[in-house]
Amino acid sequence: MRPRRITNKKTGRLRGNATSLLLIFITTAFLALFVLLPLAAVFAEAFRKGSEAYFASFNDRYALAAIRLTLLTAAIAVPMNVVFGVMAAWCIAKFEFPGKNILITLIDLPFAISPVIAGLIFVLAFGRQTALGGWLIEQDIKIIFAVPGIVLATIFVTFPFVARELIPLMQEQGTLEEEAAVSLGAGGWSVFWKVTLPNIKWALLYSVILCNARAMGEFGAVSVVSGHIRGVTNTIPLHVETLYAEYSYVSAFSVASLLAFLGLVTLVAKTILEWKTKRKDKR
Amino acid sequence: MKWKFKQHSVLPGFGMTLGVALTYLGLIVLLPLSLLVWNTSSLSWSEFLKVVCSAQIVASYKLTFGASFLAAVVNAVFGFIAAWTLTRYRFPGKKLLDAIVDMPFAMPTAVSGIALTTIYAPNGWIGYWFAKAGMKIAYTPIGVFIALTFIGLPFVVRTLQPSLDDLDKEIEEAAESLGATKWQTFWRVILPSVLPALATGFTLAFARALGEYGSVVFISGNLPMKTEITALLIYTKLEQFDYAGATAISVVMLGASFVLMLIINMTQWYARKGKK
Repeated sequence: MRPRRITNKKTGRLRGNATSLLLIFITTAFLALFVLLPLAAVFAEAFRKGSEAYFASFNDRYALAAIRLTLLTAAIAVPMNVVFGVMAAWCIAKFEFPGKNILITLIDLPFAISPVIAGLIFVLAFGRQTALGGWLIEQDIKIIFAVPGIVLATIFVTFPFVARELIPLMQEQGTLEEEAAVSLGAGGWSVFWKVTLPNIKWALLYSVILCNARAMGEFGAVSVVSGHIRGVTNTIPLHVETLYAEYSYVSAFSVASLLAFLGLVTLVAKTILEWKTKRKDKR
Repeated sequence: MKWKFKQHSVLPGFGMTLGVALTYLGLIVLLPLSLLVWNTSSLSWSEFLKVVCSAQIVASYKLTFGASFLAAVVNAVFGFIAAWTLTRYRFPGKKLLDAIVDMPFAMPTAVSGIALTTIYAPNGWIGYWFAKAGMKIAYTPIGVFIALTFIGLPFVVRTLQPSLDDLDKEIEEAAESLGATKWQTFWRVILPSVLPALATGFTLAFARALGEYGSVVFISGNLPMKTEITALLIYTKLEQFDYAGATAISVVMLGASFVLMLIINMTQWYARKGKK
């Protein structure tokens, strides 16, 4: 359905009725209060003592270590979930087999689980108190309160993003183009690279951006498995928490502004990609 | 005819992709989750009940479920208005509003947590005015409610938008031409047809709020028996190395989210049946 234009196209004057104007006002006020204000607060607090104090927050051993750890975690978790997501989407969208709906539900499972519980299950699996964890510590392999645990928890919470974005799209696209390519003699890989991938590239890109934003920003699950060792197992969100708890608000919000900026980039990317796919639909 | 696991297809790669997907799913998600259930069995039934029904935990259920429910109700009302405005009208700044609806998804929870706390603390932008009127928001259950409203908002709006977009203008016009007032058209024609989507959005927001941790723990202040949410208690038990206790509470929370997921699936099934 076509939305109704509230302003006159030429003069720019309002021409809506009272109800529509009231609803627009409520929506704007609600979103401004609940969404824009917190975002503004992050940057206002970060720059409270000027830009020098802002940049000084990053000139710190622990802040840099946290940034490095977050980048490393995302660099492992995101590609793994991309490979899994594309493969899961391929077998679910292109083939018919029993139990498919159960598989889709299971892929969504990490979204339904509290981040704290997501962290807990890895502590239960690899913690010092378990047989496996005890054995690993004897071999000098640390998983909980160390980087591998952080990576595992991050993979868990970002697990569904790629598959969930690709499955509906690939189901809608069907298998005709791929079948044509195969009947013309193309092999599996060239079908994927030359036919499927160009069809899903924007959705894939978007899902990677979402997955990455969540991987870099995850707090609850990582907090449980990390142990909060400064400079060693603190990711950016955990470092923000540490700074905040120490009342170094300017530093906390400066480092947090990095993540808020990442969130903004994610939103912009989403808007651009939606616009791109919509234009393609119209053609 | 011979029974086959999958229907015939000329496309390659089924075995490999399904194999990899199942292995990865099993190792990353199912195996660790099954450990949770396995660990609960180390507690006897009465020990389990003693943990999950202790006064501190019950207080946290009340806060978590109560605040999550209220937040989902507020989101259902304002989310409906927002979704309606964004699908029905064109006005300057609409694209921007539409884009920022997803902000609570995109912003890391810890960042929203400290930002909300700063705004609603007694010396914050909004908290200051409430403090003047003698009301505290941050470090009270109201703060928990505000954080949960923030994170639940996109669920309602994004589930309702496609549903409102699909509404047939002709049905509304028919109702009006038969003499229905605007209110009657809304209550009797529009609302019933988007009700499944509204219910789904509400339940999604509610479920997300139940498990939320990062955006709440800063603004709640974590006062024992007063502003402790259940997720925080799981965390606290873990810090005290009380694995059995943490597991027991987690199983209760998992049970709650499982019931909610079931409700969502049934609502969608019901809506599809209604369409046919």
